[in-house]
Amino acid sequence: MLTGILFFDFMAVIVIASAVGMLISRNAVYAALLLVLNFASVAVLYVTLGAPFIAMAQITVYAGAIMILFLFVIMMLGAEMLQDESSNRKTRVLAGILAVVFLGELTWMVVFQGRMPQAVLTMPASDFGSPTQIGLTLFSNYLLPFEITSFILLVAIIGAIVLTKTENPLFRRIRPGKD
Amino acid sequence: MAPISFYLILSIIMFSIGILGVLIRRNALVVFMSLELMFNAANLVFVAFSRQYSSLNGEISVFFVMTVAAAEVAIGLALMVAIFHAKHSIDVDQMSNLKG
Repeated sequence: MLTGILFFDFMAVIVIASAVGMLISRNAVYAALLLVLNFASVAVLYVTLGAPFIAMAQITVYAGAIMILFLFVIMMLGAEMLQDESSNRKTRVLAGILAVVFLGELTWMVVFQGRMPQAVLTMPASDFGSPTQIGLTLFSNYLLPFEITSFILLVAIIGAIVLTKTENPLFRRIRPGKD
Repeated sequence: MAPISFYLILSIIMFSIGILGVLIRRNALVVFMSLELMFNAANLVFVAFSRQYSSLNGEISVFFVMTVAAAEVAIGLALMVAIFHAKHSIDVDQMSNLKG
């Protein structure tokens, strides 16, 4: 039990440190790489929670595909640094206060109001969260949402192609004065 | 393994860092990364409660959040590319054409 909590603390430190690093790094490429580290550590936490399928999906979809897309766009635009990132000081202080209030509020709710069971989580049954179980649930109870998801992805693909096409008749109609 | 409140507090901290990133960063790509961080915090809570109550519904929700996040990132980055072509900058403070 103690080793489990120590391991959780170790991973939590990595998660929080990489998130803070992403927040304060000037270079967007470093931010993206720190976010990959963050996603990988959260995947390790998923494994400790007995969700190996979700952990693998996290690695392949988030840390793999989505972050590669981010890095690709950063390098294509050459936009890793803004010329003048020094944001308004008043805005920063206000944002910091709001975030701290939010953090305190939610922590107070979880710790004092939530009445969470204090027992440590037990190890799952061996087939809980296995790809077979996930697939059976996904294709029986959640078949319609699954199909809708595939439609959403199709719309996203078409939308991305339409938005990034350079010779775009749609854009010319919207902004006739610009070209 | 740790009690569920540990996972909840970690996820709250991650979500707050994500909110802070959305509020103070001006590089639109980093704002998008902060959004991903907030999605991830929500997913961690889903998986933790799924473990707590031995129910797979939470893990299925994570699956759907992931696919919708992938679609959102594809559209969002395509918008970034289009905005960069129009304005030659992805500073969120300069995307203010609709401001009165």
